[in-house]
Amino acid sequence: MSTEQGRSAGRVASEASESRPGTGSRYGAGAPTRPATPSFVDSVSLIAGREITMRLRSKAFLISTGVLMLAVLASVMLGSIFGGQSETTKVAVIGGATAVVDGNDALEAVPAADETAAEQLLRDGEVDAIVAPAASDPLGITVIGLDSTPDSVVQALSVQPTVELLEPAAVDPTLAYLVAFGFGIVFFMSALTFGTTIAQSVVEEKQTRVVEILLSTVTARALLTGKVIGNSVLAFGQILAIAALAILGLILTGQRVLLGGLGTSVIWFIVFFAIGFVMLAALFAASAAMVSRAEDIGSVTTPVTMLVMIPYFLVIFFNDNPTVLAIMSYVPFSAPVGMPMRVFLGTAEWWEPFVSLAILLATTALAVLIGERIYRNTLLKTGARVPLGEALRG
Amino acid sequence: MLELSNVSKRYGDRLALDQVSFTVGDGRLTGFVGGNGAGKTTTMRIILGVLASDGGSVTLGGAPITEADRRRFGYMPEERGLYPKMKVLEQTVYLARLHGWAPAAAHRNALELLERLGLGERTNDTIESLSLGNQQRAQIAAALVHQPEVLVLDEPFSGLDPMAVETVQGVLADVAAAGAPVLFSSHQLDIVERLCDDLVIIAGGRIAAAGPGDTLRTEHGSERWELLTAGDAGWLREQPGIQVVEFDGGWAVFEAESDAARQAVLAEAVARGGVVSFTREHTTLAQIFKEVVR
Repeated sequence: MSTEQGRSAGRVASEASESRPGTGSRYGAGAPTRPATPSFVDSVSLIAGREITMRLRSKAFLISTGVLMLAVLASVMLGSIFGGQSETTKVAVIGGATAVVDGNDALEAVPAADETAAEQLLRDGEVDAIVAPAASDPLGITVIGLDSTPDSVVQALSVQPTVELLEPAAVDPTLAYLVAFGFGIVFFMSALTFGTTIAQSVVEEKQTRVVEILLSTVTARALLTGKVIGNSVLAFGQILAIAALAILGLILTGQRVLLGGLGTSVIWFIVFFAIGFVMLAALFAASAAMVSRAEDIGSVTTPVTMLVMIPYFLVIFFNDNPTVLAIMSYVPFSAPVGMPMRVFLGTAEWWEPFVSLAILLATTALAVLIGERIYRNTLLKTGARVPLGEALRG
Repeated sequence: MLELSNVSKRYGDRLALDQVSFTVGDGRLTGFVGGNGAGKTTTMRIILGVLASDGGSVTLGGAPITEADRRRFGYMPEERGLYPKMKVLEQTVYLARLHGWAPAAAHRNALELLERLGLGERTNDTIESLSLGNQQRAQIAAALVHQPEVLVLDEPFSGLDPMAVETVQGVLADVAAAGAPVLFSSHQLDIVERLCDDLVIIAGGRIAAAGPGDTLRTEHGSERWELLTAGDAGWLREQPGIQVVEFDGGWAVFEAESDAARQAVLAEAVARGGVVSFTREHTTLAQIFKEVVR
């Protein structure tokens, strides 16, 4: 070796010293320009960074995210409109009636000088009713409407007895359905969108053959981890953005009541989603690695797609069935939807989410291990789809 | 020095590599030649650790190759490919950074290399918008941008125009001159012959011949001489100790039993007059290749 080095001239030879085991480099051990070998974390963050940058540059991704955001915002707004949220009703008040209307949250008093002025306001549509003093009435007021009984005003001015229920329903069934639908659709859409993205990204690297250069530089594990983390960050970011938008929308439309009940379950949903998505991402990546062409992604990822779709349908159809929900909340693939749903309904003990989370974590670890094995074994096999048995054996 | 000893690889029932052993010396440009399916790509993939061997060892400087060592390898796979939607510079910088270069240095290296490869004007174009020839140049940049200390290139010249071939030859020679072992495969035997210090010939998964080009020539090429005269050279057949291999009018290729017999031919030719040339025939790599593979 020394004769070879002696013969060669230039940069490397002049810096070459004896081979130093441990430094990694046989040549430029002391060279200032020679970079250190990047760590696993360095490689992973570079790969994840590239995934994120390229995705954010994709118009299709930006547009679909925008559409999803608009859909969320629209559903919050619609919820506000159809939710029958009581808005204040304007009423014209005459004289002593002011004292009755003032201090009533549902009514806004528009003072009128006399009955004629008040009638004018009513006919112009400025107010929904007139509240006038009436000495003969037990309540001391008369409500005057235009062509029909102004129910909302009458309701607001009525005195209601205290109501007590012996077996109160914890949550309004309609609301439960809406929340189930919300968790289901967000999980389903995000997992499917980013799962497909990860699958495409894996096949793209196989199809364009760039994977061989990558594998000669970084390990298959680093490559897979980088991909999963990059896409998980995007999926997670999208979930957070949706949550923020939904909460903002609820606050702006005054639906604070709904917000209070949702808080804990939304937090659980985010935690379960973050871990569940890693599991699905590893499975999507492994499935995709078995094929070499973008056209084959659909068929090869069908089993994983099913795992994403089933919880979505189950939670929509069975959100009022405690048994199904209880099972769902422990099966790892449906737990990200099932457990937050039970937390919302108040049917889960405090420790249940933690147990389910532990099961999910263990399953995720297993899925990542199997996924990595398949990924590593199939990355360089181009051509026909690699059978699962072969992919697992290597 | 990169050394392979008794490397074997089996694909199902087929033995793709059978006890492959050869060395790539520091600063030596080594050509790797063989027919289609002879095992070149498999060998290179095993050197890079992209594929696991079923036996034997690959060492660098006498020690088994570690992951850290492989970060210092430059590799150009047979199956070309880069990210189609990434820009040329961005892609090259990304690969340099995966090899551990800091962003600024990676950027500098990449720009310099792309400039040299004639891609200076295309740095902001996406890979997919480049012509095939330019994509090939970008691929070479991808293999070299981290200033590798060992180069393994699978068919680096295929698909390049003569100008680019020239550039790449220059780059390879520079890397070798800096002391790196360089191994490349090629079907263009003339380039291999012109460029390489050492040769490795593989056939059917076995090494058929390996060593410095001159040594192989002496071992496998028979010594032949070529005579060109103005008149008819038919008299050659009558010369003692001479075996005529090819003949056409005033031109003949022959083998001589001894130096004296050869000198006698030259004297006779001069005496007859009209000698145009009398040269030792250069054994081409193609001839050696055909002989050892046979």
